[in-house]
Amino acid sequence: MVVDRTATEERHVDLIFRALADRTRRDVIRRAMSGALSVSGLARLYPMSTTAVQKHVAVLEEAGLVHLTRRGRRLLVQTEIDTVAEAQVLLSEFERLWRDRLDRIGDLLAQPENGDR
Amino acid sequence: MTVIGVDRDPIARTLTIVAEFDKPAERVWQVWADPRQLERWWGPPTYPATVVDHDLSEGGRVTYYMTGPNGEKLHAWWRITSVDPPRSLTFEEGNAGDSGPNDDPPTTSIKVRLVETPEKTTMTITCKFAPTADKAVPGAGTESGMRLAVGQIDAILATTTVS
Repeated sequence: MVVDRTATEERHVDLIFRALADRTRRDVIRRAMSGALSVSGLARLYPMSTTAVQKHVAVLEEAGLVHLTRRGRRLLVQTEIDTVAEAQVLLSEFERLWRDRLDRIGDLLAQPENGDR
Repeated sequence: MTVIGVDRDPIARTLTIVAEFDKPAERVWQVWADPRQLERWWGPPTYPATVVDHDLSEGGRVTYYMTGPNGEKLHAWWRITSVDPPRSLTFEEGNAGDSGPNDDPPTTSIKVRLVETPEKTTMTITCKFAPTADKAVPGAGTESGMRLAVGQIDAILATTTVS
């Protein structure tokens, strides 16, 4: 399963899994869906320093799971939900397509053909 | 044929689907390697595929079109990135218009892997979708996307148990 994954893709997947591996970061993704939360606002929600929260947010940003917008002195955090939603719709369509194809392959293989079995 | 596993990963933009066939790998491989067999399953019945070029070697091209109910032809191509009969095949898939490329569906990279056991062959297909180019358009579809995404993200976060 690692035959042709490029190093860049592999690294991106690693980043995402690393980002999602932490409970605080998963919570940040949930809370940041509205986009109205600042880093300092997030810091008040967790028993840790603003710097520690900033580090978590940086990990999420590097993985493409959130993006940051500066609004005056506040740094707002927003989850990249469009990407996730688009991908989800696409994946459902392709799953149906491939299930149909596999059905047809099954039918094809079930037919006797040139005595190859 | 039995589908034994499906994995959708919207963040990595991949779909993985695993199926079992009660035939040897050499036989299952033929549904990819023989263009006449490929034509019998690639397109849906309403859009049968006709394979034009079929060079299943590294760097080779497969070109085909699917003919719709009104006679319209949808042209597309594969570019083979690796091949190891009867075990694995990887290729890029793209769409071609009648007069040059169009940008409708995204380009996909597809990986096929066959594993033979004494009684059956397992075929794993992994599709990785290119990101859509114009996701920077603000507002467009965001609200429905948001509703979809909330449940989806919850599902992802609930099931991602990396320790």
